Order: sequence, then C-alpha cells, then structure tokens
Amino acid sequence: MDMLASLLPAGVAYHAPVLIVIVPLIAAALAAFMPKGVWAWGVAMATSVIVAILAFGLLGQVGVHGAVSYDVGGWAPPHGIEIRLDNLNVPILILLGVLGVLSLVYALPSVADEIARKQQALFYSAFLVCFAGLIGVTVAGDAFNVFVFLEISSIATYTIIAMGVGKDRRALTASYNYLVLGTIGATFFVIGVGFLYMATGTLNMADMAAVLEQNGHNRVTQAAFAFIVVGLGLKAAMFPLHVWLPNAYAFAPNFVTVFLASTATKVAFYALVRFVFSIFHPEVAFVSMSFTWLFAVVGVVAMMVASVQAVFQTDARRLLAYSSVAQVGYMMLGLGMGTAAGLSAGLLHLMNHALMKGALFMALGAFALNFGVRQVKDLAGLGKTMPASAMAFTVAGLSLVGVPLTVGFTSKWYLVTAALERGWWWAVAALMISSLLALAYVARLLAAIWMENAPSHHGEAAQRRLAPWMMMVPMVILAAANVYFFFHADPLVGLARAAADAVMGGR
Amino acid sequence: MVEMLLERFNYIPIIILMMTGLYVVTATGNLVKRLVGLSLFQTSVFLLYITIGKVFGGQPPILASGHGEEGGHGGDAGYGAAEAAAGDAADMAGDHGADHAAEVAHGAADAAGHAAEVLYSNPLPHVLILTAIVVGVATLAVGLALVVRIRETYGTIEDDELNAADYSVETGGSA
Repeated sequence: MDMLASLLPAGVAYHAPVLIVIVPLIAAALAAFMPKGVWAWGVAMATSVIVAILAFGLLGQVGVHGAVSYDVGGWAPPHGIEIRLDNLNVPILILLGVLGVLSLVYALPSVADEIARKQQALFYSAFLVCFAGLIGVTVAGDAFNVFVFLEISSIATYTIIAMGVGKDRRALTASYNYLVLGTIGATFFVIGVGFLYMATGTLNMADMAAVLEQNGHNRVTQAAFAFIVVGLGLKAAMFPLHVWLPNAYAFAPNFVTVFLASTATKVAFYALVRFVFSIFHPEVAFVSMSFTWLFAVVGVVAMMVASVQAVFQTDARRLLAYSSVAQVGYMMLGLGMGTAAGLSAGLLHLMNHALMKGALFMALGAFALNFGVRQVKDLAGLGKTMPASAMAFTVAGLSLVGVPLTVGFTSKWYLVTAALERGWWWAVAALMISSLLALAYVARLLAAIWMENAPSHHGEAAQRRLAPWMMMVPMVILAAANVYFFFHADPLVGLARAAADAVMGGR
Repeated sequence: MVEMLLERFNYIPIIILMMTGLYVVTATGNLVKRLVGLSLFQTSVFLLYITIGKVFGGQPPILASGHGEEGGHGGDAGYGAAEAAAGDAADMAGDHGADHAAEVAHGAADAAGHAAEVLYSNPLPHVLILTAIVVGVATLAVGLALVVRIRETYGTIEDDELNAADYSVETGGSA
C-alpha cells in the first residue's frame, strides 16, 4: 500500500481525487478536435492510462489513510462539493481504469472497422465523456453530483450505442429506448434525492446519513428510498427494469459493448450500494425489509428468468446481454443478504463478472471483425479458424458458468457460503439452478465453436484468420486473469471484503 | 383529507404533470410525442425542487436594497454571513429545513448590520434545478437527433411500424 501511495508525485497525489474526473473531461474536448481518428484514440488511450495510474495511487492513499476527502474549489463539506474515496469506491475506480485501458487497446482495430472515418474522433470524444461521467458517479460524495455525472455518462452512452448503426440499424431504436427508460430512471433518482434534501436539508452523503441517523425516518425518507432504488435499479439493469439492456448491448459497436458490459451497470450497482448502505442504515426496518423482499427476490428471479431467456437467443451478443442481467441478479442477491459476507460476495462477483464479460464480448467482437459473425449458428468452426480468440472465449465462458479453476467459481463459492451463513437454502438452490442454465447457454456457444465445421463457400473451407494483435492482447489478458485470480484470489477478495466493511462499518 | 390536500396545494399540479408525462411516454407510439411526455415528466421535477425552496413571505434570494449601496465590500460581507447562516440552517434542519434556513438567514442579515427585515427564499434548489434543466435539454436534443436518424433510416417514427420493419428483416422478408 505504501508503495502505491507513493506512486504519484506529491502535488498530483493531493489533487488526484478531482484530477481523475477532470482529465477525461478535458481530454474529451481535445479528442473532439483531432483531425484523425487515430489521434483521438491516442488521446483516449493516454487518458485511460492516466486514470488507471491515478486510481492505483488513490488505492494506496485510501490504504494508508482509510478514507480520502477532497474539497472541490476549497469549499469544505457539507456546504461545498466533496469528493470522497474509501474502500468501497476505489475498487470500482480500479475496475474502470484497468478495463478502460484494456478496452481502448482493443478499440483501435474494432472502431476502425465499425465507425465511419470522419466520425471516429467524435466517437472517442463521446466515449471519454461517458468515461468521465462513470468516474464522477464513483467518486462523488454529494448526492446531486451523482445525478449529474450519471446523466453525463448516460447521454454519452446513448450516442455511442447509436453509432452501431453502421452495422445494424436497430442500434438507433435500441439507443432511443435506452434514452427514454434511462431518463425516466434518472428522473426517479433525482426525485428521490429531492425528497432526501427535503428531509435532511443537505446534499452531502455523509451529512445526510448523520442527519437521518439523528432524526430517524418518516414517510418522506421512505418515498425517497423507493424512488432512488427504482432509479438506480433501472440504470443497473435490476430485473424487471432491464428491458433496455439486451438490445443496447446487442447492437452497439463491439468496443462499446465491451466497455459498457464490464463497467456501466457496475457503477450504477455501486451507487445503489452507496445509497442503500451508507445513507440509509441497513438496520432501519424498511431498509432491511427491502433486502429480503425486494433485492433478494428480484435477484433470484433475474437469475432464473434472464438465464432462461438467454438460452433461447439466436444473436450471440443478445445471449450474453441476457446473461449479464442474470449476473446482476447474483449481485443483487449478495446485496439482499444484508450481511458483510453477502455484500462482499456480491462485490467480488461484480469485479469477476467484468473480467468474464469483457473477454467474452471482446472475442465476439473479434469474430465479428474477421467473419462478420453475429448469430450463434454462425459461430460454427471458429475453433479452427480463430483458435486463440476461441480459447479466450472458452475460458471466459467456463468462468461465466462457474467451473472450478476460474474466478466464476470463486465468487459463486463466496455467494453460496454467505447464503448458508444466512440460512438461505433456497438461495443456494437458485444459485445451482442458475449455474446449470448458464451451462446450457454457454454450451450452445461452445458447441458451435468447437464441434461444428466451418461453413464452406463454393467448396472452399474458411481460411484460418487470426485477430489483430491489438484485439488479442487485452482479450488474452482478461481470459488469463479469469484463471489467475482463481489461484491468487486474495487481492480481489481482500478488496471486496474491505469494501463491504467500509459501508457496514463493522455492523 | 381535503384540508390535508389544501395544505399541500403546491404538490397537486406537480403530481398531475408528473403522471401526465409518464402516461404519455407509455401510451403513445409516436417517438416525438414520447419525448414530449418525457420532457413534461422532467419539468414536473423541476417544479418539485423549486417549490421546496419557497419560504412564505420570503424575498427572492437577491441581496435586499441597502446592501449594495454600502459599497462592494459591505455587500460581500453581508452575502458571506447570509450564506454561512444558510449553511448552518442546513445542518440543523429537519422536516422544516426551509423554514429554519429562512429564520437563520434572516437572523444573519440582521446580525450583519444591514438593512431591515429581510427574509430570503432558499436559493439552493434553484441552482440544482438549473443543472437539471441543462441535463433535460441535452437529453431532449440527443433524443430528437436519434428520432431524425430513425426517420431517415426507417422512414417512419411510429413504434409499431418500426417493430414491423425490424421483424420482417429478422425473418428474411423485405423491409
């Protein structure tokens, strides 16, 4: 930790909490004026590397000091805007930084293929705005800023999803539907924040929590809770508020799907955890009731229903998108247990899921780049024509099922342990059934890749064609991470434990 | 019941607007009309915030006459004191946060030795809602731009016709 804490020079280290938001925002403007797409990519790449370094530096600082608070503009909280970092949101920052770097390495060949040359600079600019927004949600210590950054990232997301129109026109309607639902979600969230402001007279999260603890809860704060859970649940694709997600992931450019699937819903889930645990006390009657009767229930239903839907999809990316909804269900179940063990298992699954889905969508993007593959049946024979990508896909797919020797097993193990501690046998049963369903849909993909022969055109079998190395490297790194973190689970488990302890406060 | 509603009369139009907006979003198949409903829904929330900031008998949160006349420096001091006091009020606030804020801000205005009785409305919600309005405008702009592209690509902005067009593509027919 000390080594990480001294990663940044002193002046940068002090301002790191705000720099991590500002650098991508300024870089977004810079990227927009770049005459060539490659230059804009360079700006984005440099930005994501800076963000990753700052994130690791902040991890070190939080490790040394416990929590880091930064007064924006020198105005002290609660009146000023606070940026607050603790063990809960720093892992999310690391996730954003690392996945940002990896998916941007992947982006260059993928975007060159999918986005018109003239639009590439603006595309990277919009991506950076989205990136800055997600980071902003993660670091904000002020409820209204969470809303503002949520909308900054969402509006940018709508535009970059719609850029998938070059390959499939349904990207437009998918983006439009996401815009309508996303805006309703954000508006619900801001209504909830308004109610909290009415009840507490403050917008600072820590201050809100203190006032609520002192004054107790009433109908206004209960309404606020309901509005915030619905609003953030929509952004996090909590069942049944997930209807925007499958189409958005299926028709967005491949790079966008890789990035969003591994970060966007995670950040919304983090915000939900922050509000439910830090601002509302988990021991307040209506909050603890919502754990058992809302989060755990929708989690289990999502694990079942979305997995079944995934089994019957014909479009490969849509299949994985439904699987993402099911995986959000696992995280919701972890949250719903309301114990430190459950929450840390949910957060561990959050990080592991980013590793799996990142690799899976990257491999699908590579298949699409070389062979234009989108449907499950078209995956046939890719094991022979693109063996390395197919291997990465297989490893990550097995991790998604939860096969031992992959991180998917680790997080499911912790979820099962936490459920048993809580005495929730039905949750364990649900986890098992859902894993079997995951096996069913992953097996469909793997069977097509490995068992079937490549289609032949005019009697000629498809040639072996490897993916560009810029796509291979991040894909293989993520796939390898899926195995590595099974054997060296301590770093991720430690982060998840510390995160859960940070919000549960030893409760 | 009636009395309770009358006491909270300011919320009634907000709720009506909110429900109208949400209903329009779900009921219409026209993409532009759906955005209209969405804007209505967002606008109702702007009103909700603004109504929180209202203090009965309070002036608009602009320095009262007398402050400015004493020169820039005096004005600044008064402004600072009122602001600090409003902050204190936020700390101790409960259900009647806005009322407390007004009282304390009021006290601060006196303490600062400036003009007579000044009672200010709470300016913070207005500032918040300025930001939310910008967000709403941006969302609407992106939404309308998407509708333009959808119209160019599909030749229609009716939801059911869009679905039919995509369905015929999926099943191999002509769009």
